[in-house]
Amino acid sequence: MSISRITTAFAKRAANGQSAFIAYMMAGDPDLLASRELLLGLPDAGADIVELGMPFSDPVAEGLTIQQAAQRSLSAGTKMADVLSLASDFRKLHPQTPLILMGYANPIHFVGWGKFAVAAAKAGVDGMIIVDLPPEESEPLAQALADNDIALIRLIAPTTIGDRLPKVLSGVCGFVYYVSVTGVTGDAVPDAELVANAVHNIKLHTDLPVAVGFGVRTPQTAKMIAACADGVVVGSAIVAAMHKSGAKAACEQVKKLADAAHCKA
Amino acid sequence: MINNNTPDQQGRFGDFGGRYVPETLMPLVLELEQVWTAAKVDPVFIEQMDGYLRDYVGRPSAIYHAERLSDHFGGAKIWFKRDELNHTGAHKINNCLGQVLLAKRMGKTRIIAETGAGQHGVATATVAARFGLECVVFMGAKDIERQKPNVFRMKLLGAQIVPVTSGTGTLKDAMNEALRDWVTNVDNTFYVIGTAAGPHPYPEMVRDLQSVIGREAREQILQREGRLPDACVACIGGGSNAIGLFYPFLDDKQVRLIGVEAAGKGLQTGEHAASLSGGKPGILHGNRTYLLQDDDGQIADAHSISAGLDYPGIGPEHSYLHDIGRVEYLSATDKEALDSFQLCTRLEGIIPALEPAHALARVADLATDLGKDGLIVMNMCGRGDKDVFAVAGHLGVEI
Repeated sequence: MSISRITTAFAKRAANGQSAFIAYMMAGDPDLLASRELLLGLPDAGADIVELGMPFSDPVAEGLTIQQAAQRSLSAGTKMADVLSLASDFRKLHPQTPLILMGYANPIHFVGWGKFAVAAAKAGVDGMIIVDLPPEESEPLAQALADNDIALIRLIAPTTIGDRLPKVLSGVCGFVYYVSVTGVTGDAVPDAELVANAVHNIKLHTDLPVAVGFGVRTPQTAKMIAACADGVVVGSAIVAAMHKSGAKAACEQVKKLADAAHCKA
Repeated sequence: MINNNTPDQQGRFGDFGGRYVPETLMPLVLELEQVWTAAKVDPVFIEQMDGYLRDYVGRPSAIYHAERLSDHFGGAKIWFKRDELNHTGAHKINNCLGQVLLAKRMGKTRIIAETGAGQHGVATATVAARFGLECVVFMGAKDIERQKPNVFRMKLLGAQIVPVTSGTGTLKDAMNEALRDWVTNVDNTFYVIGTAAGPHPYPEMVRDLQSVIGREAREQILQREGRLPDACVACIGGGSNAIGLFYPFLDDKQVRLIGVEAAGKGLQTGEHAASLSGGKPGILHGNRTYLLQDDDGQIADAHSISAGLDYPGIGPEHSYLHDIGRVEYLSATDKEALDSFQLCTRLEGIIPALEPAHALARVADLATDLGKDGLIVMNMCGRGDKDVFAVAGHLGVEI
């Protein structure tokens, strides 16, 4: 069921000529209860796919917004088991919406690749994005996830060029996540033409949907990205809204972003 | 040469090492590996390195018989490998020089570095000034406070200092921030990592560049004593001075190699920086290695009186050498380091950095164990001028 949830979510939007909207949030920020409210509200606000951030003490690819969210979460005492229990709650309420865990390798390595994959499958997780596991290092986790019908989503960066692009794309699963800027999350604004070219190049090597994230903060940018990609990922803007004004306001923000992403090109 | 310790094609020393970096950095890390592999056997690069090491750094560094300390401990004969006499006062410049020359070779115009005690930052800023490159140093806000002289030194050298307040504001956070900068400025920037850790090829590259310490020490002790030492001792934070001393001795099975980690307030207190004695294997800063972590895989704070050892990880080759048992890893507390700092200053007229003062604390026991016929080489990897203010504070002296 798991990987096919992802495929179905993209296909449903594509059938209408639309892009999927992927919403990222940090588990446990500011605490479990509040983050649960946001998580459970995301599908109704327009998120086609949800990325649940797993807090890590040393998130090297995150900008300040998500770094601070991770710290708030850890300070509130969030554990990996809590992240999985949030996932379970989500799965009970939303049987169709794909749920993807996003984070860093160490807390998973600590549990054990195989053991974590089993627990995640049980919690209803469909995919994982592990930022510091490039293809060269991801085999043990990819295998454990595959055994549990969970997709390990690969990241493609603007620096993934030449021979490396087809090599990285040869092992993709679920969808392809294109990192639109060389930088950390939530920082620079992506260049529309460069992103369109990159997505085009990626599509020469894979039939899977291509989603674009990093630096998409406003409905305008979301609309621009939706014009060239199968999915639009927004993270920092949602995390910032949650921090500033709470779950309800964050869901309103998600609605605006989702509407923009769903605009037919 | 030593074959069993060259990392494999994936940059692994046994189960440790690797390249755990975001995809954005992966192509850079692969390019760096190619450039390094070519440079290290290129006679032009080797000649360049040798020339600067001789004329700019002041190598070879002396080996010195610490006679009064040897007498004081009443056992083995103790020799110091005096890397504290290098330009900028520590072993760090051996590595910075090589990496900056490599950056020039790759056409990079901007150098970034992380620093804890400030020694690596000063060495990087020094070499960047020498070669006219822009230099940005990331330093934890807490470390900036406790290492003021080095901060000013870096500024004089033209470097920009970026205070890091995220996390605990120490070396690991400075390294996170340097990695974030590198991800953002991939085109023009070279990241000069200061220790034998990080993604492949850094652990191998830093080891090869620091191995000059062990090569010289091996030749010098053979010349002075006519035999190899019974033991080589070095302090370990990330472990670059230690791997530099140990590497050329790895095949000399009769030579005991001893690394000394920072036990902070004591291993049992949990407030220490001893990754091997008190940590578990994990993934951080591009490599799999022993790390201090909590019971949920979050990286724990390290503690040491010495900012240069205050790091929750250790180079992956040390993790490997630990697991195969080739190197013994011990530890010394803040208090032992402070005592050794004062003892060495009084008896030898050498103010050691707090980092090698940790090594000296274990040399004391070892000298007794080995007895009068024993022979020890300890790496005096840095001088203590930078620590004078901090030591005064710990001793309750106002200056």
